Amino acid sequence: MSGAASWEHRWVPPVAALLVAAGAGELLAIGAGASPLAVLEALVAGTWGNAYGLGQVWFKATPLLFTGLAVAIPFRAGLFNVGAEGQAIVGALAVGVVGAYLPAGTPAIVAVPVCVAAGAGAGAALGALPGWLRARFGAHEVIASIMLNFVAAALANWAVASFLAEPETLHTAAIVPGASLSRLSAWSSALTGSAVNTSLFLGIAVLVAGHHLLTRTPLGLSLRAVGLGPRAAEAGGLPVGRLQVLAMALGGALAGLVGVNAVQGHKGYYEDGFSGGVGFLGIAVAMLARAEPLLVLPAALLFATLSEGGLAIRALVPKELVDVLVGVVILAVVGAQGARARAAR
Amino acid sequence: MSAFLSVAFVVSVLRIAVPYALAATGGMWSERGGVVNIALEGMMLAGAFGFVLGCHLAGVWTGVAAGLLAGELVAGLLVLSVVGLGADAIVTGVALNLLVAGLTRYGLKLVWGSSSNSSRVDGFTGGEGLLGLVTHPLFVLTVVGIAASPLLLGRTRFGLRLRACGEHPAAVASLGVSVAAHRAAGTLLGGLFAGLAGVWLAADQHQFTDNMSAGRGYVALAAMITGGWRPTWGAAVALLFGLAEAVQITLQGQGTGIPTQLLQMMPYVLTLLALVGFVGRTRPPAALGRA
Repeated sequence: MSGAASWEHRWVPPVAALLVAAGAGELLAIGAGASPLAVLEALVAGTWGNAYGLGQVWFKATPLLFTGLAVAIPFRAGLFNVGAEGQAIVGALAVGVVGAYLPAGTPAIVAVPVCVAAGAGAGAALGALPGWLRARFGAHEVIASIMLNFVAAALANWAVASFLAEPETLHTAAIVPGASLSRLSAWSSALTGSAVNTSLFLGIAVLVAGHHLLTRTPLGLSLRAVGLGPRAAEAGGLPVGRLQVLAMALGGALAGLVGVNAVQGHKGYYEDGFSGGVGFLGIAVAMLARAEPLLVLPAALLFATLSEGGLAIRALVPKELVDVLVGVVILAVVGAQGARARAAR
Repeated sequence: MSAFLSVAFVVSVLRIAVPYALAATGGMWSERGGVVNIALEGMMLAGAFGFVLGCHLAGVWTGVAAGLLAGELVAGLLVLSVVGLGADAIVTGVALNLLVAGLTRYGLKLVWGSSSNSSRVDGFTGGEGLLGLVTHPLFVLTVVGIAASPLLLGRTRFGLRLRACGEHPAAVASLGVSVAAHRAAGTLLGGLFAGLAGVWLAADQHQFTDNMSAGRGYVALAAMITGGWRPTWGAAVALLFGLAEAVQITLQGQGTGIPTQLLQMMPYVLTLLALVGFVGRTRPPAALGRA
């Protein structure tokens, strides 16, 4: 994947994917009766063209940093984490519940890490489950993860509706003040109104840590070895099963951190239906970033721009155009990767 | 209790089981040749959308044709990507499902201006009850298709070669027979089944709703796996899943103390149990997922 691969081997798939996606976007825009150029202009103006839009782009990119890495790290270990959506839900619910039940006067230095840990822990538990089911029973982890997405959503929905919600609402009680994270608009008035908050820095830190883990630690090397050749790794003495479960748990923990942005940084409570496909967008982000942690940032920004831009262009084309582009990007990347791999054989 | 012993209950079990059985058989046609098919969900959703669009524009049989065509298009993309380009089948499958979800949403907005559902289509106007079900054209098609599959797979030269592609493609290639062509044919045939599953879903509900397949494609995959990748066994497991879902719906309607969300979870939990092997461990085709 990296290192010995040629320059074009590394960059052709993502670039090809972007070109194909741009082409698809143009076709869809024309199909809806809009001029592609007008759509593009409106998209740029509504996102990077103004301070509020820019803030919103970074706000929407924050959860994608977490879910993108949540898919990328297991991918390097040879596993496909399709369960990021469900892991994000349980992580956010954990953050919301723990944050609400802490003593009212808990200082931030305690409350914030405790909530973060709750989110990561819940996500890790749900993430490890398919990995364990595969290692122990040979269960197909992709189908199991997708089933768990449905199960997690249903259980969260039931828990909130039955006993966790505030009366007359669909959300949990507010978290204690010490646990909430401040918006960046508090530092820069230019960003006023946008929801970007300090969890963004956690996201970037996590990317750097992920890069460091994969490239400079023995654990990272083991995970990559399992990904490149599980049987060779096993012959070399690595505990492949346990490493696979660990990779999935790490992925789950990362997806669970979405709750830090959504609950601690944004709403202040857990609300049903907040996730909005962020787990599946994470797959697109990870594919475009070729599962490399540092590249998750530009990939996340791209999809966040499309997502925020979708709102800006809704006068011209249905915002569902963005949903289509997500699928197109993943397909184009994986198709280009396959073609290159075949050409190299 | 008497609700479960009625003819109406049997009808609802069959009605619910049809899309699972069709999709499981469709998946089998792809996977026996060696192509992992995670895209059943997308093929089903595409079939449903195609049917409603076709009915809306012309008539019910245009709808059926459009639905089958839509399912085939998705299958075609799968073939192009996996057999043609050598892309990873599982990632491709998930990507196709996301793509179809997005495209159908886009289409829903464009044609009907709604984010949630299309207008109602008349579709098939058939009789009610058990007689109405067994004389329903799509039901007949389903039974014929599922009954013909073991014969086609086990007793024709095409079926033999397809199975060989799924077990030992190198041996097939050494005979000068095209592995790619057989895998493509198998997957495209599977696409017809999966598309028909979607057509049935939409015909049953007389409209298209956002993401109406609701994970059935994945449940059908589990049914196929639990049935050992064997043509009629997958359909039999699908019937069991249909039974479970029918029980869940009847219980919901009767208003027991069990919360609706927990009841709605049942099909997915059952699928998990099936995967874990409570219904028996099975053996996939030896060359499944390999070039």
